[in-house]
Amino acid sequence: MTNPTSPAPLTDKQSQVRERIAQRLGSRHRKETMFRLMGIMSVTFGVLVVLVLFTDIIGKGHGAFVQSAIELEVDYDPQVLGIDSVSPETLALANFDAVIRRALQARFPDAVGRNNRRALFSLVSSSAPYELQQQLQENPQLLGQKQILWFTADDDVDTYVKLFADNKRGHFERLSEQKVAWIQQLLDSGELKKRFNTTFFTNGDSREPEQAGIRAALVGSLLTLLVTLALSFPIGVSAAIYLEEFAPKNRWTDIIEVNINNLAAVPSIVFGLLGLAIFINFFQLPRSAPLVGGLVLTLMTLPTIIISSRAALKAVPPSIREAALGMGASRMQTVLHHVLPLAMPGMLTGAIIGMAQALGETAPLLMVGMVAFIVDVPGSITDPSTVLPVQIFLWADSPERAFVERTSAAIMVLLSVLILMNTSAVWLRKKLERRW
Amino acid sequence: MTATTTITTTVLDVGEAAPNSQKPVEHPIMDTLTQSTETVGQPLCESATLRMRHVNVFYAETQAIFDVSLDIGRNEVVAMIGPSGCGKSTFLRCLNRMNDTIEGCRVEGELTLDGEAIYGPKVDVVPLRARVGMVFQKPNPFPKTIYENVAYGPKIHGIASRRADLDEIVETSLQRAGLWNEVKDRLDKPGTGLSGGQQQRLCIARAIAVSPEVILMDEPCSALDPIATARIEELIGELSENYTIAMVTHSMQQAARVSQRTAYFHLGKLVEVNDTEMVFTNPQHPLTEAYITGRFG
Repeated sequence: MTNPTSPAPLTDKQSQVRERIAQRLGSRHRKETMFRLMGIMSVTFGVLVVLVLFTDIIGKGHGAFVQSAIELEVDYDPQVLGIDSVSPETLALANFDAVIRRALQARFPDAVGRNNRRALFSLVSSSAPYELQQQLQENPQLLGQKQILWFTADDDVDTYVKLFADNKRGHFERLSEQKVAWIQQLLDSGELKKRFNTTFFTNGDSREPEQAGIRAALVGSLLTLLVTLALSFPIGVSAAIYLEEFAPKNRWTDIIEVNINNLAAVPSIVFGLLGLAIFINFFQLPRSAPLVGGLVLTLMTLPTIIISSRAALKAVPPSIREAALGMGASRMQTVLHHVLPLAMPGMLTGAIIGMAQALGETAPLLMVGMVAFIVDVPGSITDPSTVLPVQIFLWADSPERAFVERTSAAIMVLLSVLILMNTSAVWLRKKLERRW
Repeated sequence: MTATTTITTTVLDVGEAAPNSQKPVEHPIMDTLTQSTETVGQPLCESATLRMRHVNVFYAETQAIFDVSLDIGRNEVVAMIGPSGCGKSTFLRCLNRMNDTIEGCRVEGELTLDGEAIYGPKVDVVPLRARVGMVFQKPNPFPKTIYENVAYGPKIHGIASRRADLDEIVETSLQRAGLWNEVKDRLDKPGTGLSGGQQQRLCIARAIAVSPEVILMDEPCSALDPIATARIEELIGELSENYTIAMVTHSMQQAARVSQRTAYFHLGKLVEVNDTEMVFTNPQHPLTEAYITGRFG
């Protein structure tokens, strides 16, 4: 026993305990392995779901970024146009329709008869005359000359080119045999091509899929978010600071806290109804405007921002507050100089989560009229506009086949904005974070 | 009256009053704590900087400090010792009204600093806390640069407006805190990057940058190693030439080394105050004796 190198004999109690531990060791390890496996499975499931979602959306939506166009040789014949000079007044009256019809007929002289010619003219989009008008407006010297131009193809042509032209087995019932023959002819000669779809990014909504774009909804969404951020962040942060740092802890603040938590769980459509009743009916603010949408979304995001800001303030170590107060800093100075800088990253994260929620919100905006068919890109927060999720909803509801890919493309745009916002949130947090 | 003559069996359940208190240890000596709150020794002195009379502190309904009267003289170091939960930190935090931040905390009694009331409806805590600085148990520098840590007090109180004046205050404060030579080349580095002992000295420099009259120290060395502790103790000795210091400590050796007078607190009562040497060599109260000889606490 006195020899330190030889182990002391174990007492009965000690060896009993060791035996018990050894017996249970196997099951403990098994349980741990099981738990780990379950965790890996959950993560894999989550990743798989996201992957399926993304492949589906990108698979369906990537087609919308290209658009079929038809090459035609147009003749700016003053007689056909019915004008003798180029000026805004004459352009408004000019008959560009006739020029395009002539160009199409010149390309396919075999189209005779009323029905055949109508089918022929519907190969190009109804926006073709406007494209031509713009061309002449920019280059007035073209009057009386000839030019080869690409015109946006009709959505049925576009759908055929994208979905049926390659594998010949499909049959697109919206196109006649004759029309398909023309399309094939144009495809073979290289006069029908898929080009990058700038229209999708520059136009507002349209009844014609080939003329429909995401711009109006995107700008509407950004304006709405701007209003939401400008209102909800300062209000939310001030409320959180007051409740956390200044308000006495009594029954009233308890009631307020409970109610803020309740508000966070109220269905968003209720906020929409509230906005309709208060902002539009009572205050007579314009319908369908980003201003009203932003106000409604502010009501919806405020609880989220207040709750996360309070959590961020709570996470600031009390020793920092004591240090500042002990130096003779007033409570205001303590909060502004020390607590707020430390809580800011957390508050920003909360705000961005709230904004992301607001960006994806549809229901309350339906109630304040942002579901209207809006063609123009909004220029200010009082212009009528729509937002990305509502645009997705509207397109998903449209019967034209070409809207399917545009719906998915719009989802891609929405997701890109979201990813951009979240990335900037992470970047901002990294930049503002201080170590202590 | 000496406490030894009035032994009763009543143990006041006041240990519950203070936060973090433990159940009183079962020990016959505890019975000697009587209903009386009279303090043994010399709690009062003439020309006191801090004068406390009949101080009672309540946390909501429970009482943490019972009728404590104590004076702290100019440039004196007073150490407060006692078992955990005895109210010494609570008492210390009354002196610059840090207890105000605790919900439900109520302070009664007469507390004056150079004859001016500390508590009162018209007293502003901002100038009070500039006059009564505080160093906390855990070093708590701001997550800012060393320079900004020290310059913060002078800045918010508007003591120095020009950069040159501020530079001078920072340098002298750091020199007095014995930190200047270690940090003079990295004033723009974060104060939180220093070692624990350096951080605590930075906190002391921060406190003396606004030239307070009194410095309160709440167990300033409990988070530090012996070498850093020795450095702080040496510093307290130097600082006592210019400042009045009240410190709470758990180390009786520390109290013996740095303080002129020592106050022994027990369950919210001030049991004994005397010259430090007297307390440790010839305690007057049996509770003090029991505590310093290590029979409980």
